[in-house]
Amino acid sequence: MALSNVVETPASGFNFENVSRNVALEGLLEGGHTKAPKPMKTGTTIAGIVCKDGVVLGADTRATSGEVVADKMCAKIHYISPNMYCCGAGTAADTEKTTDLLSSNLTIFSMNSGRNPRVVMAVNILQDMLFRYRGQIGASLILGGVDCTGNHLYTVGPYGSIDNVPYLAMGSGDLAALGILEDRFKPNMELEEAKQLVRDAIHSGIMSDLGSGNNIDICVITKQGVDYIRPYQESEYKDKRQRRYKYRPGTTSILTEKIVPLELEVVQETVQRMDTA
Amino acid sequence: MPYLGQVAVTTIMAVEYDGGVVIGADSRTTTGAYIANRVTDKLTPIHDRIFCCRSGSAADTQAIADVVTYQLGFHSIELDEAPLVQTAANLFKASCYRYREELMAGIIVAGWDKRRGGQVYTVPVGGMLVRQPVSVGGSGSTYIYGYMDSNYKPNMTKDQCLRLVSGALSLAMERDGSSGGVVRLAAISETGVDRQVILGNQLPKWSTA
Repeated sequence: MALSNVVETPASGFNFENVSRNVALEGLLEGGHTKAPKPMKTGTTIAGIVCKDGVVLGADTRATSGEVVADKMCAKIHYISPNMYCCGAGTAADTEKTTDLLSSNLTIFSMNSGRNPRVVMAVNILQDMLFRYRGQIGASLILGGVDCTGNHLYTVGPYGSIDNVPYLAMGSGDLAALGILEDRFKPNMELEEAKQLVRDAIHSGIMSDLGSGNNIDICVITKQGVDYIRPYQESEYKDKRQRRYKYRPGTTSILTEKIVPLELEVVQETVQRMDTA
Repeated sequence: MPYLGQVAVTTIMAVEYDGGVVIGADSRTTTGAYIANRVTDKLTPIHDRIFCCRSGSAADTQAIADVVTYQLGFHSIELDEAPLVQTAANLFKASCYRYREELMAGIIVAGWDKRRGGQVYTVPVGGMLVRQPVSVGGSGSTYIYGYMDSNYKPNMTKDQCLRLVSGALSLAMERDGSSGGVVRLAAISETGVDRQVILGNQLPKWSTA
């Protein structure tokens, strides 16, 4: 059902249908003494660097909703294409959907043209979309990838501005991460050194920023392929709570059993022939 | 209007000389008090011999520059010859004036064409268009009007222009908190575009250190 919408060009002007829906919902909820949940923000530390063999991206895994950690193992490094990944900071829903949309459009382009998409193309599509929405889509993205023209790292801001630099950090923990990157970045680093540097930068963000925390994900993109290490490093503050609460059959003991057969009689029978000529 | 998002509060400058133009800019882009990019390239090519210097909102100026690059490229193909700098300047003015309420963009268009040689056109916030032999823009420009007025003379050589621009930009960067980083220069003439970067420690020094 959604397939026909994919290749449509968007209607001119903004689409704020969901705003009126949200206002209506807020009205209903306020009356019932319940507050609407705050949008989930990824108070985040994300970073990326260009090294000799490719691009290394890193992110923490905490998603907050107000002062509560909504997701301890959130995936902030999103798949765009086999040779491109994108870290997202800002409003979780916006970064999720924007990167999904980009990924779908690039897949269609690949199928249509038979070519692998280039990083500049992805960046241009993101810039077009975010500029059109004048900052209403709260997505700060770090896009990294390897294509036939080399290793690239771009940042796209929520208002649609782009920067092309060899190392980047975004999110609420960006100042802490950038301090580490400014100190130790060198052009054409070896892969292991680059992974360690990104890990240290994210770690610094986690230590110095309340909105970032939990584990560190690393994604290494090279000409040979992608190595998405999730998690690269787990937090020292893991708790022992179970995630799943499935109980073994037989945990609750059966005291009595009563079987009542249902008597059904056939009231009406209709046969309809199918024309399978 | 208070502006959110990344702003290239800046110092940009362009000077005409006989045979071409010299343009220059600082390299700082800020989001509030944070420098989002300290090595920004604010000198954007629009066509082979036409550049624009961008100041104001980074997103707005990048978008306008993309639109004008497309329009000028299409126009040039239709005409089957190199476009005029005046055409590029008018295209910028058209977008900046029509959407003046929504945009915050101060642009200097400079380049070389066969008909009139080196030209500098300035399109400040609001969408005015005027041709000037030398023009400065951005938040740091206020500090160097005096320097520009007293040191610019008509019929300077390319090297004198390069010294004028790098000197003016380093003075502005010294005094304006919103400008800084490195100085990017470009000299555009019939033969081509010659780009240079002057790093922070290589900038001309002035006596009040």
